[in-house]
Parts: sequence; C-alpha cells; structure tokens
Amino acid sequence: MTRTFLGMPATAPRGVGNLRGEESFPAAARRALGDTQLRRNLRHATTTIRAKSAAVIGELPDWAQLRAAGSAIKTDVMARLPELLEQLEAAVAAAGGTVHWAADALEANRIVTDLVRATGAQRVMKVKSMATQEIGLNEALEAAGIEPVETDLAELIVQLGRDRPSHILVPAIHRNRAEIREIFLREMPGVDPALTDEPAVLAAAARRHLRETFLSTPVAVSGANFAVAETGSLAVVESEGNGRMCLTLPETLITVMGVEKVIPTWADLEVFLQLLPRASTGERMNPYTSMWTGVTPGDGPQQVHLVLLDNGRSAVLADAVGRQALHCIRCSACLNVCPVYERTGGHAYGSVYPGPIGAVLSPQLTGMPDNASLPYASSLCGACYDACPVMINIPELLVHLRGQAPHPAGEKAAMGAAAYTMDHPRLYAAAQRAAGLARLAGPALPPPLNGWTASRDLPAAPPQTFRQWWAER
Amino acid sequence: MRIALFVTCLADTLFPEAAKATVRLLERLGHEVVFPADQTCCGQMHVNTGYPDDALRLVRRHVRVFAPYDVVVAPSGSCVGSVRHQHAMVARRAGDERLASRAEEVARRTYELSELLVDVLGVTDVGAYFPHRVTYHPTCHSLRMLRVADKPLRLLREVRGLELVELPQAEQCCGFGGTFAVKNADTSTAMLADKMRNVLATRAEMCTAGDSSCLMHIGGGLSRLRAGVRTVHLAEILASIEGAETAGERDRLEVGS
Repeated sequence: MTRTFLGMPATAPRGVGNLRGEESFPAAARRALGDTQLRRNLRHATTTIRAKSAAVIGELPDWAQLRAAGSAIKTDVMARLPELLEQLEAAVAAAGGTVHWAADALEANRIVTDLVRATGAQRVMKVKSMATQEIGLNEALEAAGIEPVETDLAELIVQLGRDRPSHILVPAIHRNRAEIREIFLREMPGVDPALTDEPAVLAAAARRHLRETFLSTPVAVSGANFAVAETGSLAVVESEGNGRMCLTLPETLITVMGVEKVIPTWADLEVFLQLLPRASTGERMNPYTSMWTGVTPGDGPQQVHLVLLDNGRSAVLADAVGRQALHCIRCSACLNVCPVYERTGGHAYGSVYPGPIGAVLSPQLTGMPDNASLPYASSLCGACYDACPVMINIPELLVHLRGQAPHPAGEKAAMGAAAYTMDHPRLYAAAQRAAGLARLAGPALPPPLNGWTASRDLPAAPPQTFRQWWAER
Repeated sequence: MRIALFVTCLADTLFPEAAKATVRLLERLGHEVVFPADQTCCGQMHVNTGYPDDALRLVRRHVRVFAPYDVVVAPSGSCVGSVRHQHAMVARRAGDERLASRAEEVARRTYELSELLVDVLGVTDVGAYFPHRVTYHPTCHSLRMLRVADKPLRLLREVRGLELVELPQAEQCCGFGGTFAVKNADTSTAMLADKMRNVLATRAEMCTAGDSSCLMHIGGGLSRLRAGVRTVHLAEILASIEGAETAGERDRLEVGS
C-alpha cells in the first residue's frame, strides 16, 4: 500500500530551521546520559515542575471536563482549519493588521526579513516563540544583517551562551544558576563582575541588560499562543512581562504563528487559559496575558503583521491519526513527566520540539525519513497521555508513526519470521525449545540484541515451558 | 467459573512459574482453568515495534482462539492492554471491521490477574502465605492502560506473613518498553538505574509486579549488580501457601559476560 498521492502537502524543507538533528536519538542520548550536571539539573527541574503542576491541577474539580473541552475544540479546529484561517485573516485585516501566508520556513523568514528591512531597523526584539525557533528566524535575520535580541530570560541565556533550547517552556532547563552566572559574566556587556548566582541577582542583571533594548528597538517579533478567528485577536501568555514590553512598546509588531493555533471564538479562550498555566508552569494563572486585535490608533504598535506558517502542518493534518499532534498548546507537561526526557534532556531529540510531543510532531513535520528514530524514543509508559491538558494520545501516535518508519532489513525479516512462527503453534513450540538450547551458547546476546546484556542479566531458560508442563499435567 | 488462561508468550517460554502459579491460585479458589493450546502471542511486540501488518495474523489467531471463552485471564497487564487497546485498531487499520468487533468482544472478557480476582471474583484475601519483605512496582500498562489502581496492593495486604514496603517514585517506568530496551539501551539502562536505586532503598528482599517483562528487566539489572534482591511475579506470591514450595523462579538469572 502506498501512502503517496497527488496533492500531498509538502513537509518542512531541509536546510532551514531547527527540526532535524545531526544524529539519531540513541546516539545523541548516549552522550547526554553521560553528562552528570545535565542529569542533576533536569531531575531537579522536572521534579519541581511536576509537583507544582500536580498541586494546582488537583485544585480543579472539573479538570477532566476542561481537558475534554480543550480536546473537542482542537478537533473542531482541525476539521475546518481553512475556513477558520480565512475568518481570522478577514478579522485581522478589518482591525488594521496585515496577514501574510507562508508555505514554509524559507517563505516565513523572507517575509519577516523584508518587513524588518522596510522599517530600516538594524535590531529586533523577540518574544519567546517556538514557531520562530522552528524556522530558524534568528539565523535568517543575522544573515540579513539584522540583530535579533531574545527577551525571555531563558531564551536570553540560551542566546548569550550560543546554545540551543532544550525545553519548550524553559529553554535553558539544562542550565543551573552557577552556569547561568558564568554565561552572564562572559557574554553580557557591562555586567557587574561581582555578580552572584542568586536568582534575583541574575534576573536583575538581565533586566538592566534588556531595558536598553526595550526602549530603543522599534520592531518586535513574537509568536502567538492563540488567535481568535471571530475577533482577529492574538494572545501571548508569559510569566516575566518582557513579552508585554515587546508587544506594546515598538512601532512595528510582527507575529509568526503556526496555522494550528487558531481557535474559533473568544469564549474558547476560557478553556485554554485555565488548562495552559496549570499544565505548564504549575500556576493557577500566568502573570501576563497579552491580547491585541489589529491596530489601536495612538496606542501600541501601529504596524501589525501576522505571518501564518504552514511548514509541514498541512501534511500532518492529512494524516487522520497523526493530526492529533496539531492539538498541542506547547505547555510541556509531557516533557516534564517523561522518564526519557528527564534523563536525556531536549538536545538529544535534535528538533526544537523535544520530549514526547516532539517525538510525534517533528517526524511528521519533516517527513519520517529525516527523524526516523524519534518515534522509538519512548518506552510507551503513557505518562505523557495522562499529563496532556488536551488529551493527545501520544503513545497511540508513537505506535502509529513507528508503523510508517523505515525498518532495518534484518529486523524486518526477523519480525516477519517471528509472526509466521507464532502463527503456527507447532513451529512456535519448536522455536521455544530451540531458544532454550541456544542459551547454551553463552550469557551474552549477539548484536543487535547485545544492548540488553550490556546492563542486565538474562533469565536462564526454564527446564520446561508452560505448555510442556500443562501437557504433562 | 471456567477461566481460559492467556499465558502470554513470555511467561510460556521464559517465566512458566508465573503461569503455573496463576493456574494453582485459581484452582485453589475453586475455579476450572483451561489452556487453549493454539494460543501463541498477542502481537504487541510487532505493533509496538512498527509492524502492524505482521501483527494482523497474530491478532486474528488470538481472537479465534479466545472467542469461545466467557472469561480470559493473563498474568500480564501489558498483554491485556494490547488486547484491549491495540487489537481492534490493528484490525481496523487493515480494513477488517468484522475482526475488529470480534476483537472488542474478546477484549471485554479479558482480564489482568488482579482485575479478575478483585473485580470479577470479588476476592482480596486469597489465603496466601508469603513470609518476606516485598515492594510492589506498578507496571506502566497495568497502571495507565488498564487502571488497575490499588488492586494488586489490596491483594498483597491480605497475604499472611508478607511485609509490604512502599516503593519510592513507584509510578516511574522501569525502562523496559519492549524493543525500547534494545533500540535505546542506554536510556533504558538509565531509567533502570533509578528504579533499582528506589527498590534497594526499600530494603525489601523482593520486588513484585504483575508483568514478567518488567520483572525480567528489573530482575536482570539487580542480578547484574549482585544486589541480593530478586523479583517475583504477583501470581507466585498469591499462589504461595504455608508448607508449600514457593516462588519457583529462584536462581534463574544468569550471570552475564
């Protein structure tokens, strides 16, 4: 059966953006697992967030109903995405904003770069945004001679450290405060050499550094958590207020948003603004919720642009099972509960979308061959499904995508032979006895099964299989 | 009650004591156990490794073999999870709606051991005697696919002589995950290291669970460490009675090279 048909939407192009790693997950994970500082930082951070989130979710008697509502709204959105996007476009335009359509990362980067150039600005300030990380906007701006400044504290740490984000919500989760202090001392112009690693002192240093940028930069680039189709309103939720500065101070505001972020009505925000903070930061409500609808004359940015980004999303939408991944509201709850993520960290996934949601989203955005190891980066323990505030069945998706992954020839032959044998009970019984004899060869398994005996002993073959015992009873 | 044993390929081949214990336990409670000999494997390994087309014939076999029985039990949360959550999906994916609905019927009559005992047979005190210090690991599929919740613990609390100690961070995966343990052996081992740390912290003599697969993983790691702690299937504890030979899987872990 072939899955290719005429008109299949394109996946995210190669050579641009940050959806692909340079090596497979097992290879990258192996190195990450050896980084003891990383292991300690991640264990501490994820344990803390898990406890905070569980406590505030426990306060809501209708959490299950909220999750079901969030899931239902997203299912509805995916069922009529083109219609909602056109409604959004009309509403934004009616409110004085300009809407641009970007088929992929290259087009989105070009649109944003051209818009910034038209203002004459040499520098833009950025609100933390996954979409712009996904398309590699910072790299594209730098190539055009424009300096992007990340204003989210954790993104700033990543940018100053010439590092990569490793978590959707807390991109510098792999760093502890001693490491952050060292990055600031090394990279932050004019920083106090007596800087300590107290969180308040580090935040104050970042605030001084950023304040100059806020007051002197005429263009900001943001993402969006939600876009309301009926009103044309965009929403960004955050904790620091740095996003609010970027969204209100500059003359020009450019928002890059994945097409799946649209929601039908203003009332739908009620559901998501309860789900998102409790699932992500473990707060009852996030400190800053900024919303804007086109241009308000004399107040805030007077040039407002919205770039609607596809970059593989239509291809995801075309898969009736896989499209659940587009329901994601980027809360990171699945990362925080994932036993694999907790030990490997986000960089091992290669993509800006790490953890369980990244393992199902990245391969769909890029096409399976470019991220074939990611659907296997899970023990299928199911903790992510329980934690997801919009009930994305990530284990089901992982298994679904494994069915589409390219398989090694030897494995494929072995699996086919095993299925044939297991479908013939007499052959099966003979194979069971042969397996017992094969164990005489020694206690270590041959490749590719030697991963087991590297760290675990094998059970010895029992004197009798169960069915032999039963037959002799 | 007449109960069909779905032994699972792993228990049949490598951990027959868990299956034998299931038989002894149910017979002691006055039930008739039958073993449909044409059963082999539920196909979970094929589905979870990305071979749903190969799994189809195993799903078809499983459904055909177990369709005649009113009650089916397996000493595994994971294999029952596959029957309940994967069989119909594999059939539908292949366009076989009739097989899918038959698979759903079989799934409705298929129980993990603690579910059968507590929900169907309505018993928590099975008359077992097991004088050991034991900690319980809730396997991921029994916990999150089947939602067995505290049923295994309720059964263990009624076992005479058994000292039950709580496992810290019990709900974290042990790192087995089927072929995950081989394809991502390093990450799997890192998860196992933390599970073993928690098991050892309980100072229990044994770690029990409802799945031979997870126990093979945890037990294989503990054996490699010469930790002096072993694993035992829940069925073996519940089948143990005073004066009888108990928990027969002793000394079965080999020393690796």
